[in-house]
Amino acid sequence: MAEFGNPDVIQEEVDILMIGGGMACCGAAYEVMRWTEVAKAEAGVDLKIKLVDKAAMDRSGAVAQGLSAINTYIGDKQDPADYARMVSNDLMGITRDDLAYDVGRNVDDSVHLFEEWGLPIWKLDANGERHDGAAAIGEGLPTLKDGGQPVRSGKWQIMINGESYKWIVAEAAKKALGMDRIEERIFIVKLINDANDKNRIAGAVGFSTRNHTLHIYKAKAILLAAGGCVNIFRPRSVGEGTGRAWYPVWNSGSTYSMAAEAGAELTMMENRFVPCRFKDGYGPVGAWFLLFKAKATNGYGEDYLSKNKAMLDQYPPYGQAAVPASCLRNHVMLKEMKEGRGPIWMDTVTALGNLRNTLSAREVKHLEAEAWEDFLDMCIGQCGIWVGENIEPEKKNSELMPTEPYLLGSHSGCCGIWVSGPTDLGAPTAADPEIDGVPAHLPKGWSWGYRGMTTVKGLFTAGDGVGASGHKFSSGSHTEGRLAARAMVKYCLDNKDLKVELDTPVDALVEEIYRPVRTYLEFKDYSTAIDVNPNYITPKMLQFRLQKIMDEYVAGVATYYNTNDKMLEVAEQKLEMLKEDAMKMRAKDLHELLRAWENYHRILTAEAHMKHIQFREESRYPGFYYRTDKNFVDEENWKVFGNSIYDKTTKKWTNFKRRHVDLVDKSKLFKAAAPH
Amino acid sequence: MPTFVRTDKCDGCKGQDKTACMYICPHDLMKLDRDGSETGHAMKSFNQEPEQCWECYSCVKICPQQAIEARHYADVVPLGGSVQPLRGSDSIMWTIKFRNGVLKRFKFPIRTTPEGSIDCFGGKPVPTLADIEAVGNFTAGMMGGFRAGNPAELIRK
Repeated sequence: MAEFGNPDVIQEEVDILMIGGGMACCGAAYEVMRWTEVAKAEAGVDLKIKLVDKAAMDRSGAVAQGLSAINTYIGDKQDPADYARMVSNDLMGITRDDLAYDVGRNVDDSVHLFEEWGLPIWKLDANGERHDGAAAIGEGLPTLKDGGQPVRSGKWQIMINGESYKWIVAEAAKKALGMDRIEERIFIVKLINDANDKNRIAGAVGFSTRNHTLHIYKAKAILLAAGGCVNIFRPRSVGEGTGRAWYPVWNSGSTYSMAAEAGAELTMMENRFVPCRFKDGYGPVGAWFLLFKAKATNGYGEDYLSKNKAMLDQYPPYGQAAVPASCLRNHVMLKEMKEGRGPIWMDTVTALGNLRNTLSAREVKHLEAEAWEDFLDMCIGQCGIWVGENIEPEKKNSELMPTEPYLLGSHSGCCGIWVSGPTDLGAPTAADPEIDGVPAHLPKGWSWGYRGMTTVKGLFTAGDGVGASGHKFSSGSHTEGRLAARAMVKYCLDNKDLKVELDTPVDALVEEIYRPVRTYLEFKDYSTAIDVNPNYITPKMLQFRLQKIMDEYVAGVATYYNTNDKMLEVAEQKLEMLKEDAMKMRAKDLHELLRAWENYHRILTAEAHMKHIQFREESRYPGFYYRTDKNFVDEENWKVFGNSIYDKTTKKWTNFKRRHVDLVDKSKLFKAAAPH
Repeated sequence: MPTFVRTDKCDGCKGQDKTACMYICPHDLMKLDRDGSETGHAMKSFNQEPEQCWECYSCVKICPQQAIEARHYADVVPLGGSVQPLRGSDSIMWTIKFRNGVLKRFKFPIRTTPEGSIDCFGGKPVPTLADIEAVGNFTAGMMGGFRAGNPAELIRK
């Protein structure tokens, strides 16, 4: 009989395992089932598919709460190349055009499906007035598919009534898969390589957070899409407010750490995102800047973006595009804060006042609701701040603040895993030159057969997992999941007779995964206070230690995002001891076992971030972090991908460069030089 | 605000093996206290780790008894305000109360089709294996969303 610390072991063999239940895996679930049908009908191969999610698909992943916009919709007036250009410039020039372009040409297909499934998408009528997604149907306005015009809140964003966005997309995914192919509340904590080929994936192992069961999946192909990484830096709020992270607090770096341990090549892990958001609630600012045309000012009412414009010219060409890179917008804001001209304000009062002068009566009435819906759809906590502080945006301005750093690959960030891209866009091949130092066993060029496959055979990723290509957001992540799903089916058909074998015996897996529980049971009676015991550390305290190290030495908010080579050396030593102490985490119940493994994933992700910052001898993202010993952008030596691999046996990282190549012309982004 | 459960309203989802809030919480925060040993309130659920609450309101929206509310982060927010939804099948109603007593109400659509009605492959093409490496996904030919792009933009081709 299974009990705490002594789980039943459930083993299952599948062809394709999907880890995660967010937008990427929902996209994969949809696409994979159609191709599974085809594989059966045409090739007579009956593929066995499974999806495991640590939460419930209806509300899991980054879109759990909902969204007020779809941030990637190309539309019929822009080219995928325009999109790839924007992605590149926002991320200071170092992105994979092949991956961004591929998302760009495919993403609207997913958005059109979302609308068909029931997602309300705002529309413009012939008079240019906007209607919410349900009213638009009542007015007889066409869908996007049939030429309907969305309401743009920016060049790439469209407004939605998105409270149930994830619920709707998950319904389609669940319908496609059928519930017998889905297991919720299973937390996968470790990937397993093939016994006969250490560069091939063979399976994954995890545990139920509801029952005393340990689950071992053997799989030919695995899609690892478990989000980005939150809470490796000390957050600005450290009490109850710890939970009010900007990105979902449950994104714990599982994607990056499990891939790294399996031997997958990571890319651009030095990249981070420090969003400038409404202070404390971290409510979105996009609609305020772009839809409501609000301006940000310093504490003395100055428009600092205009005032400090010359600072952007110090980072050519990235600061000189019509929309300068996100990090540089932070850079000019930080100048005001550091020189004592805070607080920073979003001037909502003037913006709403101006709009009242230009909109129709019906639109003005709708305007207040729009402003509130922007938060209620995706960041209810910000409304909590507004009601508590008596902030009505038409009467009182709100503070802005740069947050603690986040690691992700789908928003304005591009850290992640190095994947195989499409072959029809002119990307470098194995025949192209490469920078010396790339370990010999890794693939050459940007494509090695299967779209979305990592450098580990059979291991795929999507969404936050795919590095060097940001700005996919919800719709682009769904798209990447679909692209990877097709490639996984192809991989399984090409490897029909492959028999994978786990490189670790079952007993050793149980021992390792349940170690925190066994440590607890062994030592719990040594002291009278359950949390104070020299034989173990609680996951919570371990997380605090990680956050303190990262905040103070690896460019967190405590140092205004500054670090240097000497501080990184200290961080390196402290993280090594932390990694050792992670083996002494305790888990007093299944909930704490979940936290223990989440924090193990966080430590490894944090270590990757630190090692990459250490390797890159420049400050590529001013406003996100500065290496004060190398405080410049070095286009000559560092306009390259910073990549790495991790050796799970020696627990050491190897960092190396890969050559960067443009597949689309970036000069189109920049304004003509001012006449002399 | 972390969410909290009202003792006068929670019925523990009538003793089923899992409560709605436990089912839905993305961060595994909601827990049913079967015997009252953890909270003093048997057969009612509670937020076991309030400082990890994202205030995503998934539990608030799904609770069949409307027993869950939020008291915004005490280390950040002045007391007295509240933001409470009532989620229906096609829309959501919000009641917003400010600390100073100002009240606002909003209603927004949440979906345009009945819940559970999605026919995900209905009317969709069945591709052939020959298309498995095509540049577009299987619906590319009929959803009007595939953007082929201007080939002249690709400078290395």
